[in-house]
Amino acid sequence: MADQSVAQNANELRDAALGLAEKAAKLADSLASGASDAAGTAAVAVQGSGVSPTVLGLTVFVLACFVGYYVVWKVTPALHSPLMAVTNAISSVIIVGALLAAGPVEMNFSKMMGFIAVVLASVNIFGGFIVAQRMLHMFKKKK
Amino acid sequence: MSENLSAFLYLVASVCFILSLRGLSSPESARTGNILGMVGMAIAIFTTLASPAVLSYTTIIVGILIGGAIGTVIALKIQMTALPQLVAAFHSLVGLAAVFVAGAALYSPGAYGIGTAGNIGAASLIEMGLGVAIGAITFTGSLIAFGKLQGIVSGTPVRFKGQHMLNLAIGIAIVVFGVILVVTESHMAFWILVALALVLGVTLIIPIGGADMPVVVSMLNSYSGWAACGIGFTLQNSALIITGALVGASGAILSYIMCKGMNRSIFNVIFGGFGAEGEAAAGAGGDGDRSVKSGSADDASFIMKNASSVIIVPGYGMAVAQAQHALREMADILKAEGVKVRYAIHPVAGRMPGHMNVLLAEASVPYDDVLEMEEINRDFGSADVAFVIGANDITNPAAKTDPASPIFGMPILEVEKAKTVLFVKRGMSAGYAGIQNELFFKDNTMMLFGDAKKMCEEIVMHLDN
Repeated sequence: MADQSVAQNANELRDAALGLAEKAAKLADSLASGASDAAGTAAVAVQGSGVSPTVLGLTVFVLACFVGYYVVWKVTPALHSPLMAVTNAISSVIIVGALLAAGPVEMNFSKMMGFIAVVLASVNIFGGFIVAQRMLHMFKKKK
Repeated sequence: MSENLSAFLYLVASVCFILSLRGLSSPESARTGNILGMVGMAIAIFTTLASPAVLSYTTIIVGILIGGAIGTVIALKIQMTALPQLVAAFHSLVGLAAVFVAGAALYSPGAYGIGTAGNIGAASLIEMGLGVAIGAITFTGSLIAFGKLQGIVSGTPVRFKGQHMLNLAIGIAIVVFGVILVVTESHMAFWILVALALVLGVTLIIPIGGADMPVVVSMLNSYSGWAACGIGFTLQNSALIITGALVGASGAILSYIMCKGMNRSIFNVIFGGFGAEGEAAAGAGGDGDRSVKSGSADDASFIMKNASSVIIVPGYGMAVAQAQHALREMADILKAEGVKVRYAIHPVAGRMPGHMNVLLAEASVPYDDVLEMEEINRDFGSADVAFVIGANDITNPAAKTDPASPIFGMPILEVEKAKTVLFVKRGMSAGYAGIQNELFFKDNTMMLFGDAKKMCEEIVMHLDN
């Protein structure tokens, strides 16, 4: 009788121990994943060093606006037409984005778009600079 | 090529662009400036080609050859009178290129290092949306401007009821689809955004009249810059951001100068003055019975031959009549006779900023003889003759004296201060502003009725005798 109850108790104890072990394992798992998450976050934070590329871009943008403002006011009104041709040509520096899109080996939709953009921007680059040069040639000192 | 090296080379390219604009501060340094611009562009292109993301060159070279050939042929063939429409057409290409680049970035973000498809950062999507919207507006807006300047689309403003509400509604819809694009990265939202912006480009430009095109062309110049800027933010490329900002600032300043030249605010030009303009024509009544003094080419040549100082005031009418070569010939003869001849240019003479200067330069007029309004206005008082050819409103004294005039406050060339005003004109019709010019009825004004080119040629003939 006593033996039987002892055996039963032992069984119950064993079940409880198993359950506990399972819980401990789960806890350890979640702890471990938490830790790796934290490590990941920390790594990202270190890599980005706090300032996002957008903010850096904005800094460049605002400074460039000021440079543009002062440089363009210095342009003599007589050359405002060539100015438009030149700005038109240099705004086609957007070809940089087109080249990256047209760069990959395999042909797909975005490579097609890249190709069209390369053609469009090239028309502008060549057209803009050449027409500006033609105009500026007319403004040579006459002997 | 390492990322640091290419970022550095992009910076060099940007500096070249800044210096190329700086060069335009005088005609002597301008050509060097233009060359620097080309150098900067070459640096930017080769830097990109050397980046590890670019692996296949065939497509690119074919694209550059096709585009380059088209651009070169057009630039070499174009007439200088057609310059404004050429520039408008070129702006449209920048806008369209911006749309395609943004589309490419959306479909394969990996090529630009801004994430993977379906997983692009919110900031990149916002920048992409902005760039593509401005690009699309620039594209169709410039096409309409091109059509108006080329005469394909009627130059008269197209206005209808609820126009501003429609533009506002489209604008709001663009913002809504922009938000949807940022939240869901849906390609559908992107293309709807593009379509809406394309429509907005049309509806923004059709209400603007043909003579306001200098402002529109400058404004679209500015837009094309901002579009490049938006793409630059998406690609995190400093060369694009800097160049876009330069071009944007340049276009904005030119628009401002043009608006000031007409004494109108940019809003007044864009939104078309809310219907007040139509009635202005009725302003000056009872002109019919007043007499004007009209003269012949013979009279004009006599007066100018005996003058010691002549100031020529050319307007767009001169360019339309292709009179610039005959005009220069006339000026050369007068100079040989010992007359001091100069040209006075109003800021809005011509169809784009600085257009008149180019047309005169093409006719071999020395640029030292060509002066801006502020430089020459005080000299009219001491001039014997003001020779107005193809211009009207920009000489109308009503801009200074008559507060009721629609052009009141507009800066003018003060030709009425000259001893004699010679006015070459086809007839007595009013100028673009639709108002009569008091100058025609003054005692010291002599009207020379006829075609500008023929009149100059006749004067040359009489001067030769």
